[in-house]
Amino acid sequence: MTKLDSKIPEGPLETKWTHYKSTIPLVNPSNKRSMEVIIVGSGLAGASAASSLAELGYQVKCFCFQDSPRRAHSIAAQGGINAAKNYQNDGDSTFRLFYDTVKGGDYRSREGNVYRLAEVSANIIDQCVAQGVPFAREYGGYLSNRSFGGTQVQRTFYAAGQTGQQLLLGAYSGLERQVGLGTVKMYSRHEMLEIVVIDGKARGIIARDLISGKLERHFGHAVLLCSGGYGNVFYLSTNAMGSNVTAAWKAHRRGALFGNPCFTQIHPTCIPVSGDHQSKLTLMSESLRNDGRIWVPKKKDDSRKPVDIPEEERDYYLERRYPAFGNLVPRDVASRAAKERCDAGYGVGTSKMAVYLDFAFNTLRYGKVEANKRSIHNPSQEELKKLGQEVIKEKYGNLFEMYEKITGENPYEMPMRIYPAVHYTMGGLWVDYELMTTVPGLYSLGEANFSDHGANRLGASALMQGLADGYFVIPYTIGSYLSKDISTKAIPTDHAAFMDAEKNAQERLDKLMNIKGTKSADHFHKKLGKVMWDKCGMARNEKGLTEAISEIRAIREEFWKDLRIPGTQNELNTELEKAGRVADFLELGELMCQDALLRKESCGGHFREESQTPDGEAKRDDDNFSYVAAWEFKDAGKWELHKEELIFDIVHPTQRSYK
Amino acid sequence: MNLTLKIWRQKNAKEAGNLVTYQVKDISEDMSFLEMFDVLNEQLVHKGEEPIAFDHDCREGICGMCSMFINGRAHGPAQGTTTCQLHMRKFKDGDTIVVEPWRARAFPVVKDLIVDRSAFDRVISSGGFISVNTGNAKDANNIPVPKQDADNAFAAAACIGCGACVAACKNSSAMLFVSAKVSQLALLPQGAIERESRVLNMVKQMDEEGFGNCTNTYACEAECPKEISVENIARMNREYLRANLK
Ligand SMILES: Cc1cc2nc3c(=O)[nH]c(=O)nc-3n(C[C@H](O)[C@H](O)[C@H](O)COP(=O)(O)OP(=O)(O)OC[C@H]3O[C@@H](n4cnc5c(N)ncnc54)[C@H](O)[C@@H]3O)c2cc1C
Ligand code: SF4
Ligand code: FES
Repeated sequence: MTKLDSKIPEGPLETKWTHYKSTIPLVNPSNKRSMEVIIVGSGLAGASAASSLAELGYQVKCFCFQDSPRRAHSIAAQGGINAAKNYQNDGDSTFRLFYDTVKGGDYRSREGNVYRLAEVSANIIDQCVAQGVPFAREYGGYLSNRSFGGTQVQRTFYAAGQTGQQLLLGAYSGLERQVGLGTVKMYSRHEMLEIVVIDGKARGIIARDLISGKLERHFGHAVLLCSGGYGNVFYLSTNAMGSNVTAAWKAHRRGALFGNPCFTQIHPTCIPVSGDHQSKLTLMSESLRNDGRIWVPKKKDDSRKPVDIPEEERDYYLERRYPAFGNLVPRDVASRAAKERCDAGYGVGTSKMAVYLDFAFNTLRYGKVEANKRSIHNPSQEELKKLGQEVIKEKYGNLFEMYEKITGENPYEMPMRIYPAVHYTMGGLWVDYELMTTVPGLYSLGEANFSDHGANRLGASALMQGLADGYFVIPYTIGSYLSKDISTKAIPTDHAAFMDAEKNAQERLDKLMNIKGTKSADHFHKKLGKVMWDKCGMARNEKGLTEAISEIRAIREEFWKDLRIPGTQNELNTELEKAGRVADFLELGELMCQDALLRKESCGGHFREESQTPDGEAKRDDDNFSYVAAWEFKDAGKWELHKEELIFDIVHPTQRSYK
Repeated sequence: MNLTLKIWRQKNAKEAGNLVTYQVKDISEDMSFLEMFDVLNEQLVHKGEEPIAFDHDCREGICGMCSMFINGRAHGPAQGTTTCQLHMRKFKDGDTIVVEPWRARAFPVVKDLIVDRSAFDRVISSGGFISVNTGNAKDANNIPVPKQDADNAFAAAACIGCGACVAACKNSSAMLFVSAKVSQLALLPQGAIERESRVLNMVKQMDEEGFGNCTNTYACEAECPKEISVENIARMNREYLRANLK
């Protein structure tokens, strides 16, 4: 049985990381030059790790499935990145960021990891600015901050609504610099399909060149999986079309435990599904909830236009249920409340699966303020509206434009229609303090691992974690492993283990191609997504999860009987790529349901209907569930659970309330 | 709506390609252009034919992966919009739509509508960075940047590397793309140190990749989904001149 050792260093919280860094064994520069590291992924985590390790002297091979490393899905992050800089002099500190993150994660993360994350956060901003990342600035030339996700301090750094893009392009430029210097070899349009394990250690990967279709064998003294999140198991999510679990899943099948698979974040404000053709969902920044009021009609199936529904026939359900926080309740609470109304038959729009986010009230309020500022006496309603719209435009202009592009509706005149959507996965490969999985030499960074965010991630903290892992954690922790490995020469890729792994990957491709059934990969993906969304989404219960498990098994069986992939393997074949990913999602989906079934408490993004307070709020059960669920793969549909007990020395768990 | 599509099909880089006509029915105006392609591809798979290969990933207009030449325009008829953010309400029932890949010597076709844009990565790796190793940096606020410069740098940095500027240009010039990066870094004090070597190396690489010369037609700016300004080209020309005079 695999024993879980989190390897959190001894000693006081504040000195654990410093002490660790100053006592780990080092690899001398000449040895580094003969050591190779494989990195799967070129998002914030992968690109930052690749450039940092190459700068140290390691030989790096980096892989991504897009045509360029710059297109990893980190590019799409909008809002910002947290760092405990305290530039605003408003009382922020490493400790406060640590505290907020542990609490925000609903007490299901490790104190030691989170403290380190908060500690290195400030260095990230320094590094990015030095690279030329154009963060927003004040008139004095200094960096600007905003508050995000309900924290009480302003610690979020941002670049308009394109923070992820700018951070990734910074990391990408560092990566490309090393490519130019010959220390990183980049393999774009490559997909990792197998991990190679020799004598119990990760020693390489099998990757498919997506253009020629050929399988390749690559050796590495260590392998880093930075392959992103698996939200696309739900089919519809805010993730990119290609985001997948394949890399992590192959590792899982080779012995890496999977941590807290059921912890999923569902973001409350996304543009709703408009029809069966829908291929992905688009986020509307959470900041809109500052000025938008959320409501549905009080009457079921009310087909009037929203503007024609009088005030007293509207149900501002968040304000009604949570008078203290109103429209600003946390993401998980807002999402569940929207679902509750729609399920009860009060949803709006053609699909009836949406609620209104209405700016009319605050438009008029801003209009009055403006009228006063400009000394306009007795303004008409029309005048007030116009003045108010100018203010709204200045604050949210680009979001309103994006909304109009997608829906064809003008949100200045009509309330937006929004609905929650899958956004982020807190679960992932189990890693210890050094970011190593349970397979020696196999690491996982960024959204692909399970660390740091517990059961719920706070806004602006995923970018921080990805870059912390890549720039400031792995360059140290990998040394502790590689220093013991300096006598290992590069293993030739005709070693039996490489041949076996390649054969495995080949057989799987053959198997997929040879089904020759009648239905596309998307067909099965949509079916799986629906089961996941209905039964393992915003609210979960024992009956639904049990049903989901058997339904997923049935879809999986049908998939392996009736899938159709046109074309051949030995060429660029987008259907084959999709099918491989869906096949892995079909296994992961079941594990997520198993995990959700076992965790009988509600916590963070995981809401078990059986575990609520009398007024319908999430109820945690620390006595029985204060642990990380780490699953060991045994066979298709069979797992063994390992528990890592969570110990809170500093922050004491309490129940959250927003009434 | 019902549409006639004429789409470029090309098996691989070596074989010749041609336009093939397809019909799609009951397209909703709420669909994105790529979702319309999903419908067509689902039909093709159903018939056992190979679906049309096209590049896409984020479908939010930010990754720069989508790249279709639609009715003679890079990313289609809508201003400041990527292919993935183009919606079918921009078209009418009965329309015929011609879809081709980016055409440029430096962007060879890989398959159907997919082209090889790795030349852009090589241009960046020749100098589109600031040489700072992880851990070198000092406190971020030690480098104040005038807001105007920061805003201009940000506007240039908004480029998504899609290549529409090259596809739109009759000379297949990459000036808009390259100048956006040169400008961003030259405008910032952090980037000023390497400004000469940067512009010289990047322009050299750009030429080696086979991109054409700029003859100031401004087709690039007109088709750029991020509305990157041709002022960046002027700025790069000044940077280039300055570096050569040194
Ligand atoms: C719309 C949106 C907005 C967001 N906004 C914010 C925000 O404001 N603030 C914040 O902190 N977080 C935000 N997040 C979350 C954050 O962006 C992500 O969690 C983070 O960027 C993930 O980075 P990563 O490096 O782990 O993975 P990614 O950036 O997803 O990179 C994954 C990489 O792995 C590669 N890959 C995957 N599988 C394989 C394989 N089998 N073979 C080869 N390569 C493979 C891909 O090609 C890619 O290069 C947002 C997320 C979304 C979707
Ligand atoms: S300059 Fe515009 S058109 Fe050219 S690559 Fe950048 S975003 Fe695309
Ligand atoms: S798919 Fe990412 S920009 Fe269009």
